[in-house]
Amino acid sequence: MVLEKTHIEKHLIPILEAVSDPEIPVLSVLDLGVIREAVEEEGVVKIKLTPTYSGCPAMDVISDDLRKAFSEIGKNAVVELILSPAWSTDWISEAGLKKMEAYGIARPLSGTHDKAVLLGNEKLVKCPQCGSRNTHLVSQFGSTACKALFQCEDCHEPFDYFKCLK
Amino acid sequence: MSNEQLYNYILGIADNNLILGQRLGELCGHGPNLETDIALTNIALDLFGQTRSYYQYAATLSENHKTEDDVAFLRTEREYKNALLVEQPNTHFGYVIARQFLFDVFHYLFVEQLQQSKDETLSAIAKKAIKEVSYHKRFSGDWVKRLGDGTSESHKKIQEAVHDLWPYTQELFEITKTDTLAIDEGVGVNLSELKSKYQEEVAEVFKEATLTIPENPFFQKGGKQGIHSEHMGYLLADLQYMQRTYPNMNW
Repeated sequence: MVLEKTHIEKHLIPILEAVSDPEIPVLSVLDLGVIREAVEEEGVVKIKLTPTYSGCPAMDVISDDLRKAFSEIGKNAVVELILSPAWSTDWISEAGLKKMEAYGIARPLSGTHDKAVLLGNEKLVKCPQCGSRNTHLVSQFGSTACKALFQCEDCHEPFDYFKCLK
Repeated sequence: MSNEQLYNYILGIADNNLILGQRLGELCGHGPNLETDIALTNIALDLFGQTRSYYQYAATLSENHKTEDDVAFLRTEREYKNALLVEQPNTHFGYVIARQFLFDVFHYLFVEQLQQSKDETLSAIAKKAIKEVSYHKRFSGDWVKRLGDGTSESHKKIQEAVHDLWPYTQELFEITKTDTLAIDEGVGVNLSELKSKYQEEVAEVFKEATLTIPENPFFQKGGKQGIHSEHMGYLLADLQYMQRTYPNMNW
């Protein structure tokens, strides 16, 4: 059950890239780093998917979307959910982080900085609207399990911050 | 360990999550403000997610090809093995926070050890869960301090909750026959080893929160044997209604 690295066959990438996270539609499942393995064996595409959070309802939707995307090109896909190793925000690609910021969600900080901002000790999260770091935590839990709610004190816009998970 | 024994061991872990998640779910749309409402339901979602992984695993070990839904929804009260603490009602926000904190500190220490389980699936679930539980503990610990060291009214209310809920904390460390089997095989967590760390951590937060632990309480137990408090039947009626009324319904 342990997979340290991803193993994704090249010819499957274009199809996987078209499947997005239902909560953050600008991110593909590849950007998010939840696909740990995708191989085609005897006409069947076998995918290993790891959840971001245990209770993330997006996982069921993503599994359905993956099966649908492959069935549209006449292929059967089998999606297996794997838990180990546990997903980390480090697995979000740099391109994914940029798309996330452009979409209005602040990117996760490193572990120690993340803890400091979530305890309200330091101002490090950059407002995705105006770029100011003069921001404060409104709630450790946001609109989905993976996000916390922040507000910018300069432009006053509330925004989501993607929590660091390691 | 036979499949049946492992099945029972898993339920002993997972039922705590299910029942506490159900209690928190009752607050959806009823939290004292929007942020705490969202936080508490987010915590419930994490607990349900973890418990789903446990039940899915348990279902594969069960006789008669049970599904995760059968395990979650179609047992009688005596077949649920959760500790009494998690079924206690949401009397007021002080109770919600005290119950959460008293469970979170235990839950964190528990999954921390479960990561070392020789059972690969349990270890994988624990490695996932610990990241989530660390957020829960931070949230509830912060609120214990805020209420305890807040106004005289908030202090009174959280102290009242601590007084009433503390007698349910010893049961978390009670070792059942199933636990002993699981510990002997390196699958389970030795609960007695968590106790001193638990008391230390709770005492540290309570000190900052200016709260006191009740002296010489009578400790309640029974949940792990399926003997629950009077609150459990009502909780299960809510929890099981859909599956009992529309058998085999799916989302």
